[in-house]
Amino acid sequence: MLFGRLSLESLPLHEPIIVATFAAVVLGGAALVGALTWFRLWGYLWREWFTSVDHKKIGIMYMVLGLVMFLRGFADAVMMRIQQAIAFNGSEGYLNSHHYDQVFTAHGVIMIFFVAMPFVTGLMNYVVPLQIGARDVSFPFLNNFSFWMTTAGAVLVMASLFVGEFAQTGWLAYPPLSGIAYSPGVGVDYYIWALQIAGVGTTLSGINLIATIVKMRAPGMTMMRMPVFTWTSLCTNVLIVASFPVLTAVLALLSLDRYVGTNFFTNDFGGSPMMYVNLIWIWGHPEVYILILPIFGVFSEVTATFCGKRLFGYSSMVYATVVITILSYLVWLHHFFTMGSGASVNSFFGITTMVISIPTGAKLFNWLFTMYRARIRFDLPMMWTVAFMLTFVIGGMTGVLLAVPPADFVLHNSLFLIAHFHNVIIGGVVFGVFAAINYWWPKAFGFRLDPFWGKISFWCWVVGFWLAFTPLYVMGLMGVTRRLRVFDDPSLQIWFVIAAIGAGLIACGIAAMLIQYAVSIIRRDQLRDESGDPWNGRTLEWATSSPPPAYNFAFTPVVHDLDAWDEMKRAGAPRPAGNFRPIHMPKNTGAGIILAGISTVCGFALIWHIWWLAGVSLAALLITAIAHTFNYARDFHIPAETVAETEAERARQLAALKGAAA
Amino acid sequence: MSAAHEHGAGHDHGNGYGHGHDHGGEAHGTMRDYVWGFALSVILTAIPFWLVMAGPIADKSVTALIITAFAAIQIVVHMIFFLHMNARAEGGWNMLALIFTIVIVVIVLTGSLWVMYHLNANMMPQSHQMDSLP
Amino acid sequence: MSTAPAKTAVADADLTARYYDLDEHDHPEGGSTMLGFWIYLMSDCLIFAMLFATFGVLGANYAAGPGPRDLFDLPLVALNTSMLLFSSITYGFAMLAMQKGLVRQTQLWLVITGLFGAAFLGIELYEFAHLIHEGATPQRSAFLSAFFTLVGTHGLHVTFGLIWLGVLLVQVEQRGLIAANRRRLMCLSLFWHFLDVIWIGVFTFVYLMGMLR
Repeated sequence: MLFGRLSLESLPLHEPIIVATFAAVVLGGAALVGALTWFRLWGYLWREWFTSVDHKKIGIMYMVLGLVMFLRGFADAVMMRIQQAIAFNGSEGYLNSHHYDQVFTAHGVIMIFFVAMPFVTGLMNYVVPLQIGARDVSFPFLNNFSFWMTTAGAVLVMASLFVGEFAQTGWLAYPPLSGIAYSPGVGVDYYIWALQIAGVGTTLSGINLIATIVKMRAPGMTMMRMPVFTWTSLCTNVLIVASFPVLTAVLALLSLDRYVGTNFFTNDFGGSPMMYVNLIWIWGHPEVYILILPIFGVFSEVTATFCGKRLFGYSSMVYATVVITILSYLVWLHHFFTMGSGASVNSFFGITTMVISIPTGAKLFNWLFTMYRARIRFDLPMMWTVAFMLTFVIGGMTGVLLAVPPADFVLHNSLFLIAHFHNVIIGGVVFGVFAAINYWWPKAFGFRLDPFWGKISFWCWVVGFWLAFTPLYVMGLMGVTRRLRVFDDPSLQIWFVIAAIGAGLIACGIAAMLIQYAVSIIRRDQLRDESGDPWNGRTLEWATSSPPPAYNFAFTPVVHDLDAWDEMKRAGAPRPAGNFRPIHMPKNTGAGIILAGISTVCGFALIWHIWWLAGVSLAALLITAIAHTFNYARDFHIPAETVAETEAERARQLAALKGAAA
Repeated sequence: MSAAHEHGAGHDHGNGYGHGHDHGGEAHGTMRDYVWGFALSVILTAIPFWLVMAGPIADKSVTALIITAFAAIQIVVHMIFFLHMNARAEGGWNMLALIFTIVIVVIVLTGSLWVMYHLNANMMPQSHQMDSLP
Repeated sequence: MSTAPAKTAVADADLTARYYDLDEHDHPEGGSTMLGFWIYLMSDCLIFAMLFATFGVLGANYAAGPGPRDLFDLPLVALNTSMLLFSSITYGFAMLAMQKGLVRQTQLWLVITGLFGAAFLGIELYEFAHLIHEGATPQRSAFLSAFFTLVGTHGLHVTFGLIWLGVLLVQVEQRGLIAANRRRLMCLSLFWHFLDVIWIGVFTFVYLMGMLR
């Protein structure tokens, strides 16, 4: 009773792979904790990072979370590739079905919810307030809370690796397989509560960023003067707020089925499993646009900057983004054409799906026309952009192919589908995130990333991607379905071996990327950028120092045109040198991490049916939240003298640079 | 002031109507708003209940249509008199968010019903169709 | 000769003034709160939309169990609806008192609103208990699952509204009608009236339409 379903048998001690991983994690974790304690960093981390309400620090923490979870998700991918490359000719491979099914489920869940989402949210968090000339987001405490709720979800997923099991249902947990009858264990419950807790964070951060973009733009920045990245972020957050509640509701209904015994998605008593599929894809399709839209914004910024001219067709870019936002709600059925809704329904959704490729194509032509006759600088962000354009177009075209219902009947759930969505997610989102990291790293840390290791990573990734996923296209056309653990047809093995080699090359790309970060940090003095504007940027984030001061801008810039910073540079407007005022800023608070910590405990208790703990933590959650509302002193002023000192230091830095250049 | 004056002068008989909307600029209600909203809501709630409980209309689908219309009107009444919605508050963003949400809600509701209805029609043939099978 | 640098200095100062907001004031605190809360309500609206969609699709699947005509008691629903409607106008009176800065009157109307809300919840719980007692449990059929979840989620929202109302009563007592408390009262006002709007959908589509089936 005291521990619910949790007992010593819940620990997967019979799985040597997990035990070895666990040992490595324990050793690594102990080393990390030891190092932090030895260097007395806990206080620093708590004061300066964990409790920080600064959008820049929260953005960086999102990126770190995404990177850590990316390594976990990629480890799952490599395990699948090896299993599928060797499970031929009667070999069972090295993963049993219970373990293998968890691996492919965890891979999908982690990559979408805890890698792509934190990366995208982190970028928006860091860049958007700077681009609109704001000092922070609208609700700084909520921002901190959102980050920790996302982390809480990630913690639960990671805990499932060592305590109990994860879902064995595939990343969307379709019933009746995910119902209590076929998944009586804790796996699906881990899935549900990790996503519910992280979903709270995602929704709140969406609300926060919409309010920020709507209410906190610098004077003169009308909607049609907003940088494209800010526009795509606005549309993304609108999609988040209008789709994550759908996921919350669907998962709540699934948990009612599992915990209370209701009959929403069961086969008995009038329930309909297909209703779950219908509802979850109403969230699921906007979700893929949540991931790709901000990345389209990244590529727009990068293309304009490295071509040294204004983006071609700014307004068509904006309209295309808005059109995609609306259309993304009209295509969800293309994920289940084979369900049997009939010709009229399928043709409607097939046509809307094909229509949505038109605004996307318009964007691509805008980038191409921006590059046309430009003096393109092929730095790393631009290289990733070109690789994206070439890769993403193929992924887009296979997507249009899948949008044809008769073709989809052949290719549904095949490896062709797997190749398609990895083609758009890796070729789009992942490449875009790497472009963004290379582009904005100097802004965040004041030094550039090492180009040599960056280029090695680039080529390993691009070549590795095509090596890993072209075989999947081929096999998908031959009818091989997804999520298989063993194979009967020996002629397929060569394709899986090629795919595994591709995955190995991608692993080299990831290693080179980590080396790139390490080398850059070590050689930061050679890579230092003191100008704050290393790429000759065009938008306001480059108008301030790198890294920016806590208050971002001592005086809010006034915007007169698109590409505000470019215009300011051309006009040669001198920075204000005096009359600094105290700046009103939000105070740090530990409430966010505490609330998220209690939520993690609550989720864990619900997963393991430890009812007393669930009740206690729920009560604690409510009481802590209410107590937080009694704190009315949430802000302070940075004194004018501090601002004056910081700005004078910055003026000296710029003058020295100017002197060195002359 | 002059605009308000002209408005009032142009509609001699509609002074009360014009007055009620002068306060729309701020997101506060007036006593008049709340009382009007309450009175209208009572009427718009009572009639549907009466239609269903007393059943004065024999055709049920007509009754259903009428009470749906009453619900739609009452939602608008609540939006105007209790939630003080107008196109100017928050620079129109409140209204824009509401319209967007309504569009999504309509898509989700009609889409789900349409999709699931067709699914049931295709995949779960009713007994009379079963009878005609060999 | 000496005028040239002076001129550029003036031009520079003009340029600086053109591109930087030199006369900036603190942004009014909480300037985004009402918009942010409204957007939250829109997201909540979508949760209800999903529950309505589920009820719409599964609401006729009685699984040979009881249907709406066997279960619903319309006079009780009408009474319940009136409770919520009364609480809406009394919350409106609380807001009017708040605008006039009358602390005691605001609190009084809030308490009355809370009582109507509690009455609504009490009636709903009585209805649920009665249904369960008759064997019409949420587990009995997809129709009942959808019914209990939709109506129960609304009830859960009212419960949270009541807790929030209680907290605000304490905070108004402690600090009076300061700007932060006014903002919170306005947010709760939106929340409360929003729940009333959802209830219009519930009594129309669940109860009244159910009786027409």
